Amino acid sequence: MLISLFIACYNDTLFPETGKAVVRVLERLGHTVEFRAAQTCCGQMHYNTGYRPEAIGLMRHFLDVFKGAEVICIPSSSCVSMIRDHFPRMAAEAGVQEEVDDLLPRVFEFTELLIDKLGVTDVGATFPHSVTLHTSCHALRSLHIGDRPKRLLEAVKGLNLIELPDSDQCCGFGGTFAIKNADVSAAMLGDKMHCILDTGAEVCTGSDNSCLMHIGGGLSRQPNGPRCLHIAEILAS
Amino acid sequence: MSIRVGQSETAPAFPKAAKTLLANTQMRHNVRRATDIIRNKRARVVAEMPDWEELRNSAQQIKQQVLRNLDGYLEQFEKACTAAGGHVHWARDADEANRIIVGIVQSHQQTEVIKVKTMTSDETQLNVAFEAAGITPYETDLADLIIQLGHDKPSHIVVPALHKNKTEIRQLFLDKMHLSELGTQPEDLTAAARTYLRERFLRVKAGFSGANFAVAETGSVCVVESEGNGRMCVTLPEVLITMLGIEKIIPTFDDLEVFLQLLPRSATGERMNPYNSIWTGVPEGDGPQEFHVVLLDNGRTKILSDEESRETLHCIRCAACLNACPVYRQTGGHAYGSIYSGPIGAILTPQLQSVEHSQSLPYASSLCGACYEVCPVKINIPEILIHLRRKIVENGDGPWGEGPAMKMAAFGLADPARIELGQKLLRIGHKPFEHLFMASWTDSRNFPDIPKESFREWWAKR
Repeated sequence: MLISLFIACYNDTLFPETGKAVVRVLERLGHTVEFRAAQTCCGQMHYNTGYRPEAIGLMRHFLDVFKGAEVICIPSSSCVSMIRDHFPRMAAEAGVQEEVDDLLPRVFEFTELLIDKLGVTDVGATFPHSVTLHTSCHALRSLHIGDRPKRLLEAVKGLNLIELPDSDQCCGFGGTFAIKNADVSAAMLGDKMHCILDTGAEVCTGSDNSCLMHIGGGLSRQPNGPRCLHIAEILAS
Repeated sequence: MSIRVGQSETAPAFPKAAKTLLANTQMRHNVRRATDIIRNKRARVVAEMPDWEELRNSAQQIKQQVLRNLDGYLEQFEKACTAAGGHVHWARDADEANRIIVGIVQSHQQTEVIKVKTMTSDETQLNVAFEAAGITPYETDLADLIIQLGHDKPSHIVVPALHKNKTEIRQLFLDKMHLSELGTQPEDLTAAARTYLRERFLRVKAGFSGANFAVAETGSVCVVESEGNGRMCVTLPEVLITMLGIEKIIPTFDDLEVFLQLLPRSATGERMNPYNSIWTGVPEGDGPQEFHVVLLDNGRTKILSDEESRETLHCIRCAACLNACPVYRQTGGHAYGSIYSGPIGAILTPQLQSVEHSQSLPYASSLCGACYEVCPVKINIPEILIHLRRKIVENGDGPWGEGPAMKMAAFGLADPARIELGQKLLRIGHKPFEHLFMASWTDSRNFPDIPKESFREWWAKR
């Protein structure tokens, strides 16, 4: 299957290893990955902060770039949520209703793609470490990701999955929230780090590097804090 | 028009208020403990309902129907209530409502009123108006009594004294009720409140209540509660005044079936409220022989006119969104500077009252969606928060410098060549960038290292 990768702007810039890992996993499973170099950003930050005309511009660009792509893989649950929940809200205003309707069934978050579209849970990975899973809010409540990431991790050889207490609680990132309400955001992060440290896991994983960047940014100031790693990087190992 | 929501016009902006409150570890502990208990109880009793989602859908549809025909339902209610012997008053804003209510009490030469918990009277600051007219209001809900005795402010829609623990409440009762001794158990505290209130229930001849629902078809009013104080307030006095927001109307008596299942489970984690009082006008020889209803607008028609946020008026004040909200659970309710706190407060207050402080409320959320998930009437709070942010931006009231920065970012993100350039610049200048724009991030979190090669550069070389 030809799979078109939307890397997401922040992964492209800050977490290229995640993108490389997605490519490795999909190619190992026998698929072909394409990267349309004209791609940029889904517009989530602009939309969520109230800058709708700017978000509409980025949506149009996204629609143009991925025209005709059969399957679009996105290793970021919040970008998928932006596309599924908010593109339709802007579609009529932007005059792109048909394009958006046509796009949505072709968009898959990385773990959704593996399980729902490609039908695999064991991707042949080995990762002999203890891991805890942070379920991002968008994955949990918008994508209804359920146990997909968990099933994928459980199939990894040598991996010891430790359940994260209060896993439905937000880590406090929330995009510009982390800047505008930095004190509350940091307090939420404090609770999240407590839960993660209590698991004693070596690695905290998830399906969204934006949460992991936030959590990792806090954990890296803790002595012996676990490192954060996108689920694709575990599945690629 | 003077649309007012409590005393929120003088409140500090959310981030500032939150910073202060986050330092209050006792309060944070109290809030965490209480919201944990209610959240868990709610989750248990919701899980046992096989048709919970259908109930939510029904409630949402009933509320949509009400808002599409609100004028008609209100007039239908007025007609039915009047026919049953009630008097219906219309109040455009807080001052008008207070004037009407104070006038009714004065016309009966009463100087005291017993009250059952109502958010709308907190909204209009009715107690302040009562006191200015020489009328003493007695809050009879245990938590509201705690707030009133302590000259405190409510911090939760259903459990207004949630920020206080039993030791703090015991001390308050000892001081304010002039008791020489008082046990330490919750039962001792409720017994003290009971003794204090019972005498007033029997003496005071004017009663005041809010309403959870008003039925257009029959002109009936419904109040649900847990302590029995409400039942006393609406049955014992000679004259009863009920104030309700105009959005509290439901079309038919049968619609109560839906809401009386959703509300108690969402609000307190109970299958049914211990007391459900429903009355229609004035039944001869039974209960108050004079009954007034005040229908309050106070900004609600303004919300009704905005199609994208209209569903804010679906709210049945269960406060499930507060208990679920990770922001509320850190700060408690006082940070919101309004009697309406938590996620619903963050959308309701700024729509009712566009003062400077309330402009900070739509940003007081990480948009995690926990509020929407638990809302029994399916208000898409995150989407309305975004809508209100957009209105702030469109009015040019966004934070200084944000508009140009966002426009610049959008320009940069619109073209892959500009992204590549931006990535190169970030690699060179990320330290000054972090210093200038990310200081509130790096106060408590590290910024990730900037990789030497972006994904797109790696791909191009592949």
